[in-house]
Amino acid sequence: MKDVDVVIIGGGPAGLSAATECARQGIERIVIIERDKILGGILNQCIHNGFGLAIYKEELTGTEYAYRAYQEMAAFSNIEIMLDTMVMEINPDRTLYCMNSKDGYIRIQAKAIILAMGCRERSRGAVAIPGTRPAGVYTAGAAQHYMNIDGYQVGKRVLIVGSGDIGLIMARRLVLEDVKVIGCVEIKSTPSGLPRNIEQCLNDYHIPLMLSTTVTAIHGDKRVSGVTISRVDENYRPIPGTEDEWACDTVLLSVGLIPENELSRRAGISMDLQSGGPLVSPSFETSIEGIFACGNVLHVHDLADNVTKEAVKTGKAAADYVKGLVPTSCNNVTSAAFIKPNVPYNPDSTKESDTYRYLTCIACPRGCTLKVTKNEPHVVEGNACPRGEKYAIEEMTAPKRTITSTMRVRFSDGTWKRISVKTKEEIPKSKIMDMMRLIHHTKVTGPVHIGDEVARNVIATSEAIQ
Amino acid sequence: MFTIAIIGGGIIGTAIAYSLIPYDAEVILFDKENDIAMGSTRANSGIVHAGYDPMPGTLMARLNREGNAMMEKRCRDLSVAFERCGSLVLAFSEEEVEILKTLLERGKANGVEDLRILDADELRETEPQASPDAVAALYAPSAGIVNPWMLCIAQAEVFVGNGGKVLTDCEVTAIKKMPDGYTIHTSKGIYEAQLVIAAAGAFSDDVHAMVSKPDFEITPWRGEYYLLDKSEGERAKHTIFQCPSRSGKGVLVSPTIHGNLIVGPSSELIHDPADTSTTQDKLDFIREKASLSVPSIRWSMNVRNFSGVRANSTIDDFIIREVPGSAGFFEAAGIRSPGLASSPAIGEYVVKMILQADFSLPRKTDGYFLKRDKVYFHELNAEERESLIASNPLYGRVICRCEEITEGEIIDALHSPIPPVSLDGIKRRTGAGMGRCQGGFCGPRIVAMLAEMLDQSPLTMIQDRNGSYLFVPKVNEKTEDGAQEREVRI
Repeated sequence: MKDVDVVIIGGGPAGLSAATECARQGIERIVIIERDKILGGILNQCIHNGFGLAIYKEELTGTEYAYRAYQEMAAFSNIEIMLDTMVMEINPDRTLYCMNSKDGYIRIQAKAIILAMGCRERSRGAVAIPGTRPAGVYTAGAAQHYMNIDGYQVGKRVLIVGSGDIGLIMARRLVLEDVKVIGCVEIKSTPSGLPRNIEQCLNDYHIPLMLSTTVTAIHGDKRVSGVTISRVDENYRPIPGTEDEWACDTVLLSVGLIPENELSRRAGISMDLQSGGPLVSPSFETSIEGIFACGNVLHVHDLADNVTKEAVKTGKAAADYVKGLVPTSCNNVTSAAFIKPNVPYNPDSTKESDTYRYLTCIACPRGCTLKVTKNEPHVVEGNACPRGEKYAIEEMTAPKRTITSTMRVRFSDGTWKRISVKTKEEIPKSKIMDMMRLIHHTKVTGPVHIGDEVARNVIATSEAIQ
Repeated sequence: MFTIAIIGGGIIGTAIAYSLIPYDAEVILFDKENDIAMGSTRANSGIVHAGYDPMPGTLMARLNREGNAMMEKRCRDLSVAFERCGSLVLAFSEEEVEILKTLLERGKANGVEDLRILDADELRETEPQASPDAVAALYAPSAGIVNPWMLCIAQAEVFVGNGGKVLTDCEVTAIKKMPDGYTIHTSKGIYEAQLVIAAAGAFSDDVHAMVSKPDFEITPWRGEYYLLDKSEGERAKHTIFQCPSRSGKGVLVSPTIHGNLIVGPSSELIHDPADTSTTQDKLDFIREKASLSVPSIRWSMNVRNFSGVRANSTIDDFIIREVPGSAGFFEAAGIRSPGLASSPAIGEYVVKMILQADFSLPRKTDGYFLKRDKVYFHELNAEERESLIASNPLYGRVICRCEEITEGEIIDALHSPIPPVSLDGIKRRTGAGMGRCQGGFCGPRIVAMLAEMLDQSPLTMIQDRNGSYLFVPKVNEKTEDGAQEREVRI
């Protein structure tokens, strides 16, 4: 048996930042247990930008964000990392069992445990879509893994079901890889993803967003051949007579995320039925003394930056508890502590009048609706900060975007690895597909480090080292 | 020339193959799909019925009782999960209590032991989440739950281990009588056998028609289901039925052998026996009906919907016989519920029938085996896990986190006697991908393992049946062997 101060379950953004904070607070023996072979969690497949504005004051891709969080953690030599290791059981006395193929079945006694296991996607069953069960129905995150990590194309003609952020991000990703995205249907009357993702992932590429619409049947014997979609009423019931048949070979589901709490439940931790995560005290302690929770295992966050903020607070609280500075707060857990603020959706954002155009600002996750005069000088209203004005004027005169994709890096021995890349600077919107062609056709030889320029105006956002 | 050819690799075909193991015979089994257990076997309630439903005197009544009694040993021998969880039939009115009494009497006539009627209080105690509106229930302690496709695969594996042959992707297209047996034309060539046993499920009338004038017809009935997360698995401790009606045993709510909750089936006559789609109407119907039995089900915890086709027929009983006028051609047709419960007995029954027919089937003089061992990592305790990982480190790596399936178990499946060729083939053998994320996390890793085993590109991997491709070629990325120019569109 191994004795440690703090065990952190999960090496994604929550786990990394919680570990870093524990170390910063002077905790000595810290262990991160990660089931994957690398740290970073789901950020490794998030090659898109939009991360880091709150924490690092600059726009990063998910992979870059994970690397920053990793570097901060790696500065402390007393954090032990167990990769490719799965926690099988947590007990209320803060012992846990984990295992891997190297060390076997391991028992660890910790003074505190921080749960940071993240979340998973709701699958087809959760929304009970009738029809056949062919191949070609993926959750958006699974498709993201296949595309961005493995480099497999999941289909040629895709319908996105649900307007969660991952689905929107994948819609854009697919279009950039020359896949036809026929639309995005959302059963609710407002989209669930961030307004700026509606703007930069759907509107930029003229992908129709169909609100109050759902898939009522999936067709196809072996592979998806099409779907039936229907409008729904206010109770989300399909309205007869509104059915429409669409041909496609792939359905991507982006219908919500669920905190992954099987371990927590088996340990006997009290759960919040609303958030799907554990009930916690103001210092993120669960109903079992010395067991804390943060990040998406606690409640689903819109932004990784918010996960990090929460993890830092949790790391501090766990450290204080281990040091005996504060008593346990496990008797003070509350329900519904996390109600997701609803970002208002403004359907006007895609409209225009003779004199004005409405835009959704993509400069930050807030997604302000901007009203801009069509004639110069462009007068901007609705922006909460100067970046909004800058964005609106650029959008009216010379719109620009950051583009992200993946590339293969070859090594001299003939092997290769996939890296994620982004444009060094924003490029004119009209040049996006040219840029994609450049990315696809440039040969890169390794090794490659983060920040290396791998093609003209294209830099690596993950590394490829043999 | 083979001694015996079996057509159909479902629960019945493999039970017959298993029952033939002790006999000195060259046996071959054909299945038209790329795996066995691909028809009704993989899409049913997984219930081992007690046996009070069939009318006394029928073959169904007899084989159900016998099969139920055999099931425990069969599953133990084959390392297949089985549990006698018992079943309840709820009555919501005095008229329905009368039906319970009829069922009780019928059960007694069929030789089903330990049946009794619970009053409302006893029911509450036995099954706390059953509807408070239920006034009584028929309790059948001998009813059980089993993993039907695992039982099917296990029977086939032991059959193969004893020298039997299984040919998948092998559709029988015609059967011709010869003086000393039959020629069987298949999509993989022509085979000869002295005896043929057809166990073709929902297609058994088609196979029958290859040798004889049709005297029955399969009327495929489709049943749709909900399969809920394990967090709902405790919702029912027993298999909970409602009073049977003319269209079947009604909607049941039951724990599954994996700890999930299964709810269904609907019941509907369909035209295409291969149509296993689900429909909004029937799913709504199931929810409505099931909520009468167990009102507390959290439907948002649904993991998967599916449907299966039952080989109902125009004959009111199982059709198990040597086809009249076709000596040496046996069939087990129209096997619907309680077919799974009856299956071990059907296997034995068919073998007995062959022995009684004018055919010499000696017992093997050399050895044979009827057991199979299999590792289920998540069922082991800490010490057992520790020593297993020490003996093979692959058991130390979890691939499917929802069901806690290890790399070692997947490798075992990939090296099993009837190796899987699809993600679902691995799922049926290991449980990987069956859980709440439905393969979202483990899919990529299993694709890689399957591709390596098959020595093919991961891009060619399939989900399930042939043609259920997972990926399409990329048109826009330079491949290793030169660039494919991509069309620039804007």
